[in-house]
Amino acid sequence: MSQAGANPAGESPESKGTLRVVQLYPRDMNIYGDWGNALVLQQRLHWHGYTPELLEYNVGDPFPEDVDIIVGGGGQDSGQLVIQDDLQARAATLKDLAEDGAPMLVICGLYQLFGHFFKTRTGAVIPGIGVLDVETHGTDERLIGNVKVATSEFGEVLGYENHSGQTTLGSGVRPLGTVPKGTGNNSSDGHEGARYRNIVASYLHGSLLPKNPAIADFLIRTAAERKFGTFEPGQPDDRFAQLAREHAARRPR
Amino acid sequence: MPLLGYIRTMFYFSVPLGKLVRRASRLRGGGSAFPGLVVEKIDPGFMRRTLSSLPHGVAVVSGTNGKTTTTKMVVELLESQGLKVFTNRTGSNFTRGVAAALLGEVDWRGRLDADVAVLELDEAHAVHFVNSVPPRYCLLLNVLRDQLDRFGEIDKTAQLLQHIAAKTTGTVVLNREDPRVARIADTLTGQDVAYFGLDDSLLDTFPNDDDMRAAPGSPAPAGLPEKPAADVVLRKVGADSADFEYDGGTVTTGMKLRGVYNIFNAAAALTLARSICGGGAATADHATLLEALSQVEPAFGRGESLTVDGQPLDLVLVKNPSGFRLGLKSFPAGGYATMIAINDNYADGRDMSWLWDVEFDSLREGGVDQVTGSRAYDMALRLQYDEVPVGGVETEIAPALAAFIREAQGKPKRIFCTYTAMLAIRRELSKITTVEVVS
Repeated sequence: MSQAGANPAGESPESKGTLRVVQLYPRDMNIYGDWGNALVLQQRLHWHGYTPELLEYNVGDPFPEDVDIIVGGGGQDSGQLVIQDDLQARAATLKDLAEDGAPMLVICGLYQLFGHFFKTRTGAVIPGIGVLDVETHGTDERLIGNVKVATSEFGEVLGYENHSGQTTLGSGVRPLGTVPKGTGNNSSDGHEGARYRNIVASYLHGSLLPKNPAIADFLIRTAAERKFGTFEPGQPDDRFAQLAREHAARRPR
Repeated sequence: MPLLGYIRTMFYFSVPLGKLVRRASRLRGGGSAFPGLVVEKIDPGFMRRTLSSLPHGVAVVSGTNGKTTTTKMVVELLESQGLKVFTNRTGSNFTRGVAAALLGEVDWRGRLDADVAVLELDEAHAVHFVNSVPPRYCLLLNVLRDQLDRFGEIDKTAQLLQHIAAKTTGTVVLNREDPRVARIADTLTGQDVAYFGLDDSLLDTFPNDDDMRAAPGSPAPAGLPEKPAADVVLRKVGADSADFEYDGGTVTTGMKLRGVYNIFNAAAALTLARSICGGGAATADHATLLEALSQVEPAFGRGESLTVDGQPLDLVLVKNPSGFRLGLKSFPAGGYATMIAINDNYADGRDMSWLWDVEFDSLREGGVDQVTGSRAYDMALRLQYDEVPVGGVETEIAPALAAFIREAQGKPKRIFCTYTAMLAIRRELSKITTVEVVS
């Protein structure tokens, strides 16, 4: 038996330094395996020679200091309501981090709430925190299925979408990519996700990072550069990731 | 022929016609639901007419996990009380499957010789079914993340179950320990409610989706403010026995079923059977009920054990994160060779995100011998991130299974598999061992 790419956990004397990953609202916003993104960052930090520190931030917690990477996931409508006030209270902190170049990955529900607002089907407006120049409108149409995104930064991005909110981008952000397969942000413009500074926002689950290590390594690289000035990559074994990508790309919608 | 007369003739012949289609499609080896579709199209009232004549009415079993085994238990419990039970045994838990199963049981004039119908129904299809055939009883097991690509969100799934309860005319049996199910009681008017419950000491063996990623010690989502009394409570699970409390006493009974979650479903089945038989010690004969319960074998693929090369081979169906975590917890890896088979066909769910909500640490020590299925590499990648050693990865199930059996010779074996992967594995296994044919 071979053990692919695994390094033993824990602090080592050769560590290139500690990077702190904060998972936003894992209790209320983790419905489609978004935990996988946090796990991938934790392990790949190891494999690149850094020491990961994984923290959870839930409603009412004190906000951690010295945050290097932020990840946030999707939730049901009820989860979005639960975190709404707390997220507003943290808006300034998150905005400052974003403007300062902290890398962030926000998926689905938190992608929507990082924008200006989410207007539900019934006309209620859930305010976002305006970190991203995007807005989202609830619809009766559920966009579900495998997605392939063509991006200039990360090559082909593969994942699975499941959302009824449709997001449109303002001029302050650019799309993550275009969708040769699947729907993406909305059913009209063929764009998926949003990019702003070091934030990657996307509707894709799957989880996103395991099969898209280029995005994981982008988050890790920018975090290392922001904190230490340089990034010295390790050599993670991405054979399974590569094969999983090839097979996923061939699966039906 | 005038149109009206034509339609009347079609109605008159719908049952014989459906039976013929059923026979023909069986000869073809085809799908179990197709004849049901034919009758449904020609004669939409067929099911309601046939089922409404039953003296004890219809009981619907729904929820995310455990429907098949629980339905099987309810049927065997009721049969132990001398009732003639109609059920959709094929596991075709869609409305059409029920119509198809009915066609197999009715006589040529459309009459069903049964006292009660116990039907396993998928949540979404149950809603259609209860709109046309309001059940007298329903048993709602749990709401867990499963095939969200079909139902959208877990809260929506809870709404589907609530609709089933609202359409029920007699008794609604609810899982007291699942907040989303227990809360359905608040929305009911007029129905009787009976709960099945779990001893506090067993609660932590049932992680729910809400506290899956919650920090230790953080509060669970609001359940019922005070736990209502349950009709049947599972108090203790032994190696091959279980303690159930009802009518103010606790009894110990032997169990052939394995896995705590199966035995919790036995409490659910007991509660429904007691409701149908009239509850209380006076009406149901508890000695025969418990005897029947102790004899229940696991349903198709739900912890069933086959024999290959003189060694047991367990098939454990996994179709959502809770089920996979419970499977890993209920069937410890020690001493077993392990294979995992993950398909992403429609019936399995296409979204692979759920694999990331299962922790595979328990397999780290022994590793996983073979990984297979259309999403074998997604699974292998998942195991890599949990530092679980992987032997072979092969997307084709037949060669992977052959390699697994060859290399794990002399060891007991266990295969965790999604639904369509299980069908493929059973097909392959039937070439080398006797696999029970489910008709």
